[in-house]
Amino acid sequence: MVSLDRRELAAIFLGGALGALLRVWLGEEFTGAAASWPWVTFSINITGSFALGYFATRLQERLPQSTYRRPLLATGFCGAYTTFSTMQVEILKMIEHDRYGLAIAYAAASIAAGYLAIWVATATVRRTRVLV
Amino acid sequence: MNVLVWVGVAVLGGIGAIARFVVDGTIGSRVSTNFPLGTFAINISGALILGLLAGLAVGGNALVLVGTATLGSYTTFSTWMLESQRLTEDGELPLALLNILVSLAVGVGAAALGHAIGAHA
Repeated sequence: MVSLDRRELAAIFLGGALGALLRVWLGEEFTGAAASWPWVTFSINITGSFALGYFATRLQERLPQSTYRRPLLATGFCGAYTTFSTMQVEILKMIEHDRYGLAIAYAAASIAAGYLAIWVATATVRRTRVLV
Repeated sequence: MNVLVWVGVAVLGGIGAIARFVVDGTIGSRVSTNFPLGTFAINISGALILGLLAGLAVGGNALVLVGTATLGSYTTFSTWMLESQRLTEDGELPLALLNILVSLAVGVGAAALGHAIGAHA
């Protein structure tokens, strides 16, 4: 069974709330047309991947263990800020509008940029030699 | 969007994250594999339900609350990418590629299935 530590759950909840608020706010501020390039989701997923790469690496390999930092920042915030489901439905809508090239480009660009963001953030953290 | 909806976004966003944590932990404790099955199950189930909402033509605040806030927080792109990259680091390149390609294919498929169910409901 999953360990249900209250501080950990509270941290996940808070991080999740903040991540969701930011994502929804950005979506409301910068609404795009259906089946066009989803700039908001794309930007969120890439920046969120960079953030997660940074937090996960730093918390795992640089900072002392903590009860709340990782649940708050990684599981909570980055996990909620970024979204898989929205991306899949966006791709589906592109396909439904017969925009197959756009669908492939969006999927490929998201994955390539997201993966690269993780890689760069991770490498950046590991290059720092002092415990900052 | 009024204040009440924003409060709903925050609460549901938190709940979505908790749900993700619980599902991931439950699957992880029961299945022993290097493949990130927890995140996969979460992302696919979330895509299915969001597809369903799209098929049902749910809109307005209902879509924001259930779709964007809850399912958007429940599913995760960043964890999907992190786990793929870490698999590559651990020398598990086939598994990393599988995680990326299968998640994408099954994810879109799940959204399509959900959409079809909703549209014909």
